[in-house]
This record gives sequence, C-alpha cells and structure tokens, in this order.
Amino acid sequence: MASEQKRVAMTGNEAVANGMRQINPDVVAAYPITPQTDIVQFYSSFAADGLVHTEMVTVESEHSAMSATIGASAAGARAMTATSSQGLALMWEMLHIASGYRLPIVMPVVNRALSSPINIHCDHSDTMGALTTGWIHIYSESAQEAYDNLIQAIRIAEHPDVLLPVMVCQDGFITSHGIEIVFLLPDEVVKEFVGEYKPHTSVLDVENPIAVGPLQLQDYYTETKAQEAEAMARAKKVILEVAEEYEKISGRKYGLFEEYKMDDAERVIVVLNSTAGTTKAVVDELRAKGEKVGLLKPRVLRPFPADELVEALSSAKAVAVMDRAETFSTRGGQLFTEIRAAFYESHKRPLMRNYIFGLGGRDTTTREIHRVFKDLDADLERGQVDKLVTHLDVRE
Amino acid sequence: MNELKGYKDIPIGGIITEAGNSVTYKTGDWRSQKPIWKEEGCVHCLICWVFCPDDSIKVEDGKVIGIDYDHCKGCGICARECPRKERALQMVKES
Repeated sequence: MASEQKRVAMTGNEAVANGMRQINPDVVAAYPITPQTDIVQFYSSFAADGLVHTEMVTVESEHSAMSATIGASAAGARAMTATSSQGLALMWEMLHIASGYRLPIVMPVVNRALSSPINIHCDHSDTMGALTTGWIHIYSESAQEAYDNLIQAIRIAEHPDVLLPVMVCQDGFITSHGIEIVFLLPDEVVKEFVGEYKPHTSVLDVENPIAVGPLQLQDYYTETKAQEAEAMARAKKVILEVAEEYEKISGRKYGLFEEYKMDDAERVIVVLNSTAGTTKAVVDELRAKGEKVGLLKPRVLRPFPADELVEALSSAKAVAVMDRAETFSTRGGQLFTEIRAAFYESHKRPLMRNYIFGLGGRDTTTREIHRVFKDLDADLERGQVDKLVTHLDVRE
Repeated sequence: MNELKGYKDIPIGGIITEAGNSVTYKTGDWRSQKPIWKEEGCVHCLICWVFCPDDSIKVEDGKVIGIDYDHCKGCGICARECPRKERALQMVKES
C-alpha cells in the first residue's frame, strides 16, 4: 500500500537533495558545479544541521570527489556524490575505476552542455559520452522522477546481482531549477526501503583482508570485464523488480521506458528527460484532433533495453529519435544510432530519422515538436525519410 | 603460471583475497638479462639481497644460496651493487 506522502513545491535539485537526506549515506564527497550546486549546498545544510549522519568531504575538484567516493565505498561506506558537465568530464578516469571495482556508488547528474563554447545550460553531451564507463544510466523527466529514480538507484546499485555504480540524470535548469509539485515519501519509509548497507567486501575488514585495484594484464582483464558486462545484463531484471517494489510504497510506476499513448500510434517521438513532458502536451493536442501519435521516453540507457524498445516501436510507421547531444559521427546521435541498430534483425522496421535538438539549453517548445510530427507525416506520404539527421531549430 | 580461472570463478572487481599471492605470479619470463651467481667468489655480504627490488636473492642461515629465477626480472641491480662483481655476480644475456 502506498504511504502517506508530503506534497511540496520543490526544484529538481531540492527534491534530489531531500532524497539523499532520506537515504542518509555514510559519506558524501562533492564539489559544486552549475547547475548541480544546489544539491550539494542543500545537502551540506542538512549535514550542518545534524539531519544526517553523513561525513561530508569537501574536495578541490570532481576528480577528487569521485576518488574520495570510491575510497569511501571501497572501505564499505554507502557513498554518494553529484555533478554536471565539466565536472563529470573531469571525473572520467575515476568513473571507469568505480565500475571496474564494482562499487555501488549512486550519483545524481544534472545534465549540462560540455564546453566549448562554454555554456551552463542543458543538453546531454556530458552523460551521453559516459555511456561506455560501466555505469548504469537512469534518466528523469521531472523533479518527481529524479527523486524516485535516486531512491531506487540505491537498491539497484547495491543488489548482489549488480554491484555497479548508477548515475541518475535530470535536465539542468529546466528540471533542476524549475519548481514543481513533488510527493516526498516519509523519511522512515525511504529508510526501510533502502535498508542498511552491507558491503560485499571492505578494505577495512581485517578478518578478510583484500587488495583493491591490482594489475590485471592479458591473463585476467578480459574475465573481469566479462563479469562486469554480465552484471550489467542482470541489472535489467533488478531494475524492474526494484521498480515494482517502489510502486508499492509510492504508487508510482516505473519501467525501462515509458510509453505514452503508444497503443495504436503510427508516428512516434523518442526523447529523454524534460522534453518528453513537452512532447506529451503535443501528443495530447494531436490526439484530440484524431491523429495517431505517441511518445516513447527511455528511462534506462545502460543496460540498453534493445529488445524491449524494438517490440514497443515496431508497430509504429515512422519514428523520430531525438538526441540532445552531437556525436559528430555525421550519422546521428547516440540514442538514434543504438535504437536503429537494435532494429537490424527486425523484419518490421518503421521509418526512422534523427533530430539533434536543444543543444546548450536551446528551448525546445511545442512548436518544434509539432514540426517533428509534421516531418514524420511527410515522410509517410513519401514512403521514406527526407533527411537522416536534422539539427532542429538551427539558423542558416 | 597458475592455471587460469574462468570469469565465473574469480572475485568480482579484480580484488585480491589472498595475502601475499604475488609469489604465485611468475615474472621471470620478463628478463632479457640474467644474473649468474658464483658461490666460490661470494663473500655473503648480502648487499645484493638488500638491493634486490623483487626479493629474488635466496638466502638461508645468513648466506646466499642462489637466485629465484621465477621472479627475478633481470634488472641487474644486484650485479651492479655487488662489491666483488665478476667474481660473484654477473649479468649475462638471457638465452
């Protein structure tokens, strides 16, 4: 049965900071960066006010933030940090070390464009580049989802079948600084849901001494990576089980992705995070006029739910995959490339095209989404897409 | 070399659970040069044992008894530091 929840007006950052307060990790090591700053700022107030028992480590860079989090986690602590953009980029080598050590670190990431040109606003160039770092990737449309995903992430990361770090992403400023209605679970319900952390190993366990991070060359590196890949594959089932359990305490349902009015949808937009909200408004408008349109919003990108996505999209006739980051492959964004590749074995392939949109925080409104649905309509008339990759709303 | 284990049989995250297991990791085949110890010329000053970075000078009852070729990487420090050089410790090309 769903618990009695507090209805509050909060920004995405405040919701995430409150989720962290309820999780009450042993260690938080963090460095502030726009637009993530609020999370750490709120959290240090919680720590200073004695609302959490967390050892708060203020460090001199994000490389150190991730390093300290890794050290704490290897010592057996439940450890967290948070970042954005350049901060995530500076953590890069340590991201691979966190996953390689199989440490269940959970990190909120507030998506922001990578320099250059320097820009503080939202796009997904930071986390799209981190898809190969061995972290589980979960994306959030709203402050509510960022909060819900964060709490679930602890259980996913720490599950004995998984033991991988998780990044929980939300859109910079749009979600992180926009005030929304958020339902917060009671503190004790979250405490019970995440449970007491029992590390699988600890460098401080003198009864069972271990060495962490040794050299592995041609003899064992492959085996360690194969293990990691298998854990990632197992994570899919765990993510769904945790979601089911979370639904019982919250009443909110989560899957690998969300399907919005997809049942008989012929034209479909696939898009992550806050733009999915904008797309829902357009889908509603067009549905009111009898147009068969729908939205598919991926939630989990690592592990990549290829088979499930193919099944969900194969009844559509035309699909626009929207990527909020360039890959410079000249063949489309990350999400597009992976979804298109997933259809390779399928006999039922819809028309599929890519839009690169919203870079550096460029507003993507219902007007642009209407245009995308119109383009798909023209593609269906023509029987083929007129352009594989389109930069949406670019001035010539 | 130990028998190599499959990925299902090794600890996760590449951790080492056994203390001092570097002894089972044989590094002798890294050598391009090999130290040759001559018992008759050795005065057992143990300078080679002090300087060896890989604990590859075998000593018993305070006396050198040989070289651990399973782990010696052939760095040549022992021969360089040996006060009696050609009479006790010399590097030769690994065949």
